[in-house]
Amino acid sequence: MSEVLTVPKSRRNVEALLLVVALTVAIGANWLVGLDKENPFDSAFWLQGGTLAALALIFHILLRFRAKYADPVILPIVIALNGIGLAMIYRLDLALPADAQPVAPSQFLWTTVAMGASIATLLVIRDHRMLRRFTYISLIVSAVLLMLPLTPLGVEINGARIWINVGVGTFQPGEVAKITLAIFFAGYLSTNRDLILLAGKKLGPLQLPRFRDLAPMVAAWLVSIGVLIFQRDLGSSILFFGLFMAMIYVATSRVSWVLIGLAMIAVGGYAALQLFSHVALRIDSWINAFEPEVFNRNPGGSGQVVQGLFGLANGGLVGTGLGQGRPDLVTYANSDMIITALGEELGLIGLFAIVLLYILLISRGFRAALGTRDGFGKLLACGLSFTIALQCFVVIGGVTRLIPLTGLTTPFMSAGGSSLLANWIIVALLLLISETARRPAVKGPVRETFSEGKQNRNTPATDPTREVTA
Amino acid sequence: MSDLTVTLLRYGFLLLIWILVLSVVSALRRDLVVGLRNRTGSPTAREARKHPELVEEPPAKAQARRLIVTEGPLKGTALDLASSPILLGRAQEATLVLEDDYASGRHARLFPQGSRWFIEDLGSTNGTYLAGNQLTRALPVEPGVPVRIGKTVIELRP
Repeated sequence: MSEVLTVPKSRRNVEALLLVVALTVAIGANWLVGLDKENPFDSAFWLQGGTLAALALIFHILLRFRAKYADPVILPIVIALNGIGLAMIYRLDLALPADAQPVAPSQFLWTTVAMGASIATLLVIRDHRMLRRFTYISLIVSAVLLMLPLTPLGVEINGARIWINVGVGTFQPGEVAKITLAIFFAGYLSTNRDLILLAGKKLGPLQLPRFRDLAPMVAAWLVSIGVLIFQRDLGSSILFFGLFMAMIYVATSRVSWVLIGLAMIAVGGYAALQLFSHVALRIDSWINAFEPEVFNRNPGGSGQVVQGLFGLANGGLVGTGLGQGRPDLVTYANSDMIITALGEELGLIGLFAIVLLYILLISRGFRAALGTRDGFGKLLACGLSFTIALQCFVVIGGVTRLIPLTGLTTPFMSAGGSSLLANWIIVALLLLISETARRPAVKGPVRETFSEGKQNRNTPATDPTREVTA
Repeated sequence: MSDLTVTLLRYGFLLLIWILVLSVVSALRRDLVVGLRNRTGSPTAREARKHPELVEEPPAKAQARRLIVTEGPLKGTALDLASSPILLGRAQEATLVLEDDYASGRHARLFPQGSRWFIEDLGSTNGTYLAGNQLTRALPVEPGVPVRIGKTVIELRP
């Protein structure tokens, strides 16, 4: 766990400037989409653009007061990505038949809710280190969240049982579970890191862990397999296990853990391939995507992926222009396949810019992890950025046929409120961690004097697990 | 709207996304310099007024250059004093992590001011003792004077 010095400058003005550019991108995209309509500047357009700008401004002002030294580029990048996603979902709504239910209004509502939740997270959690107290509570919360879809509350959509019905709509508890799981892994690994590192036999260049230290890894594996078996959701199961493997590798820097993890994935994947027809169908439609019978097979055909690829080909280098292509021909163009929809209308040049924005966002998360001084914060920032990275890889790799397509959401873009909510909360946590990473060390006395009565005034938050025994 | 305008707007939007990407990258340029070099350059008067915590104090001409643990589990440990504050305690983030059951997580803090080092207690359970007297406020530490934290005793040495 290395430490890197950072420049002690608040850089909020840079953030304000970048926010202006990001909002121009977001609102400009929405405007270009509506250009073909008779009245592109209707009240909905102004309401949406105005609300987005207002929320961004509130967020920015809050950062000035609460997290002055937070990373200046995270918020503008996320606003731009969210805005482009909203514009594309609105554009796909315009192509819907007149009687269909539009998606954009609910997605916009979820954006405001998610940004509100993110602002609330910043207000409630002033220091990310307090989350360490909730290490085992987050494990329980994760377990409950993952179990919820299996209770009578759960609803099954397209064969996967990962949603619950919350009255006004459906919610995907697994999206929030990835945050609580990251908190648990970070707390557990930062406490037990030395034990895991030092104990165990050496076998050639590999240091094998003790069997009892393997227990959490086995637990994470069982959770992933459980999600795969009972909820039939390949994407989330890859995400949870990948998260744990990445975090244990960051904590211990032992290759043996990665090899053990990959072996466990191979075993689990082989078993899944033998046991579940839908996994086998996924693999088949990945390898033989262009066979006519695979293309037309329903369910489990490759039609969706191949249509997406045709869309990308139609877009070419500079794209057809927003609102000019036919991304609506692809099924689930506004959720799973939003990357191909954007690739068709913005072309390779636009898609690369979007991928670069993701890369920059993820690299800022890792940069916060490098800069912060506490092990828990390092692991949490790594884990949260890695979930975004893994989701991007699985989705973009899936729609471009690099790997089999699995149903994960594109962070900040896909239609789906739970994913948006979870990712905005992740943004708040990354901002908090980057604030502790970049804030300059206090010079001079922390406090002047302390008398008996006011002993606890300004006392820095001490970790209750490390309290004095005497 | 004419085809020409639409085409221009299309390319304009692609340009705009790339302007965002490139301005983000250029905002990060300073961050790519890792290490001590990005600490150079003192803040201007205006910056110092707006961000008082940026003002670097003149490096302490401290006679004390080393911190030695003279008693306790870490006996014999030595630490070179730079111009940055030192946190003492059992927490992992402490500069000197005390393996002492009678020390608090964030127990005490040594910091340079002027040409001297000061010690302050951070609200520890068992207190910090400078030459046998419990600290109630930040006090200067002269070289050779023992500071007791739990079962650990440290001294500053020239």
